[in-house]
Amino acid sequence: MVLAMFVRKFSSLRVCVVGSGPAGFYTAEKMLKAHEGAEVDIIDRLPTPFGLVRSGVAPDHPETKIVINQFSRVAHNERCSFFGNVSLGSSISLSELRQIYHVVVLAYGAESDRVFGISGEELKGVHSAREFVWWYNGHPDYSKFTPDLQSTDTAIVLGQGNVALDVARILLRPPKELATTDIATHALDALRESSIRKVYLVGRRGPVQAACTAKELREILAIKDLHINIKEADLLKTSADEEEMKNNRIRRRVFELLSKASSSAAPHPSLGQRELHFTFFRKPEKFLESSDRSGYVDGVNFEKTTLKGSAGSGNQIAAGTGQYEDLNCGLVLKSIGYKSVPVDGLPFDHSKGVVPNIRGRVVSSSDDAQTEDGLYVCGWLKRGPTGIIATNLYDAEETVASISEDIAKKKLTSASSKPGREGLSQLLENRNVQVVTFTDWEKIDSEEKRLGSLKGKPREKITDWNDLLQVTTK
Amino acid sequence: MFISKISRLVGAQAFKGLPKAPITIRSKRSFFPLVQNDYFEPSSHRLFSTTATETSPEENEEAQKISVTFFDNDGEREIKVPVGMSMLEAAHENDIELEGACEGSLACSTCHVVVMDVEQYNKLEDPTDEENDMLDLAFGLTETSRLGCQVIAKPELDGLRLALPAATRNFAVDGYKPKPH
Repeated sequence: MVLAMFVRKFSSLRVCVVGSGPAGFYTAEKMLKAHEGAEVDIIDRLPTPFGLVRSGVAPDHPETKIVINQFSRVAHNERCSFFGNVSLGSSISLSELRQIYHVVVLAYGAESDRVFGISGEELKGVHSAREFVWWYNGHPDYSKFTPDLQSTDTAIVLGQGNVALDVARILLRPPKELATTDIATHALDALRESSIRKVYLVGRRGPVQAACTAKELREILAIKDLHINIKEADLLKTSADEEEMKNNRIRRRVFELLSKASSSAAPHPSLGQRELHFTFFRKPEKFLESSDRSGYVDGVNFEKTTLKGSAGSGNQIAAGTGQYEDLNCGLVLKSIGYKSVPVDGLPFDHSKGVVPNIRGRVVSSSDDAQTEDGLYVCGWLKRGPTGIIATNLYDAEETVASISEDIAKKKLTSASSKPGREGLSQLLENRNVQVVTFTDWEKIDSEEKRLGSLKGKPREKITDWNDLLQVTTK
Repeated sequence: MFISKISRLVGAQAFKGLPKAPITIRSKRSFFPLVQNDYFEPSSHRLFSTTATETSPEENEEAQKISVTFFDNDGEREIKVPVGMSMLEAAHENDIELEGACEGSLACSTCHVVVMDVEQYNKLEDPTDEENDMLDLAFGLTETSRLGCQVIAKPELDGLRLALPAATRNFAVDGYKPKPH
């Protein structure tokens, strides 16, 4: 108690981190460590913390979620506070946050999707992989989402990155293996009823350029009783391919795995066997509408591609050949990247989908290097939607280093004190925002674990907004 | 859990007449000398810092521990690591800032260390496919990179020198230490 008062008294630096995923928590952790007088508040629009560790990491990757332990220790730091169910833009504006805090770090990620912008993209049955992922991970915005897995035996996944592999694996893994994970029950039920037997993973470029990593590829190739199809002709490498592989260990190991899978695959699937087809050198041209089900997708028209050298970069790009081909399917999952969404008052680079910044300092406008005092970014909002959880560790280090530098230059802690936590609490109270504290989250957490234990799952996610808020009031 | 059960069964007295080499039980994660069970706690920190030094002959202590030096931004730190313990655990017990996001379950690359001597690196067993999959994603990968959770102390590794990748990272404010307010 005395210590808490002591800390409070000498807390002059008020910091707010927006977003409680890996970028947010690593930023909070490093701020608390670097600045003994800093008080760090983390706000999140969801009632639950941890961002994509909860709603992005696949349910059959529990080890990846262990990092939650570390983030929970950060949240328990006496100088740290979690404000869930607080949405930047509707509960509170960016300019209000900047008035209340010396430092605001935006780490709210990328909650939208890149689009192809081609004909038929709006057809029913065409979804982004993000929607599908949020659905099977029990994100409260997608509890009513109902992808149709019963009208078709074929799904096309556009993209060959790790998210593409995740959604393909969830579609192809025997549901009974998923039943012991924390997958949302509505998704498990739908997957049990699923008639999908065949998944195409389609990439614009070749096996040397596939964007996945070896772990995820090894995993999907190891699914029991799964027929793998990779055309041998696609595995022929050019000298440009060799060059790309020489400089990239991941590409080399991914290619090796694909080659091995191709050579050890049976020539034909056995009766009723599930199938995974790696389809290379295809660029979607348009989505095809079903003739008997108006408004629904029933295939994708692809243009065949060939690789061309890209000047200077050393990487090859896909160029159309003018030859086309259709693939039939009843479900399309587009896995071509997440996209960040700006908020009012925030400089934003729409072409890159990121906030313009210099090592985490938000740049006021693209033509000059003027930075916004006290406003920083970290994570996907800062560098685009790529990388792994650990990438945010280095990213947060960089942003916190910039903040520290600015503090040393006296750019931030002017004589004026800021209300910080008390100011935020007061404002949210005035607006009748039902704040979910970390203690409240721990109630949700233990309730989910209790519900899970009844079903032999590590956790039964509560997927409805109201139910989540309800649990915290118990 | 397993170890405390055994030690209760056997009892401290049983060890008195045994040869000089300490009795050891090897679990998958770590290796605890069972010297005296009165103070035994699951926390190995307690065991090594208190119990072991009080009851075990010095030379045995030394024989089971190897010297490992970690290099990071702050310089170098030499620590003694019990045989059988991973470098991730050893770093954490000694407050060395080695990240361990997945707590040694081979699902991340944050405990990446660089073995500074090739001869030492060659004494390690080859990384498994799973470790290599994670090393693929490690920041600042080198020819002698390993995951700290997979490098287990053994006598031949005495004198091991490990660099944390942070030591090789170079941000604009490298080494900057802010003053507390």
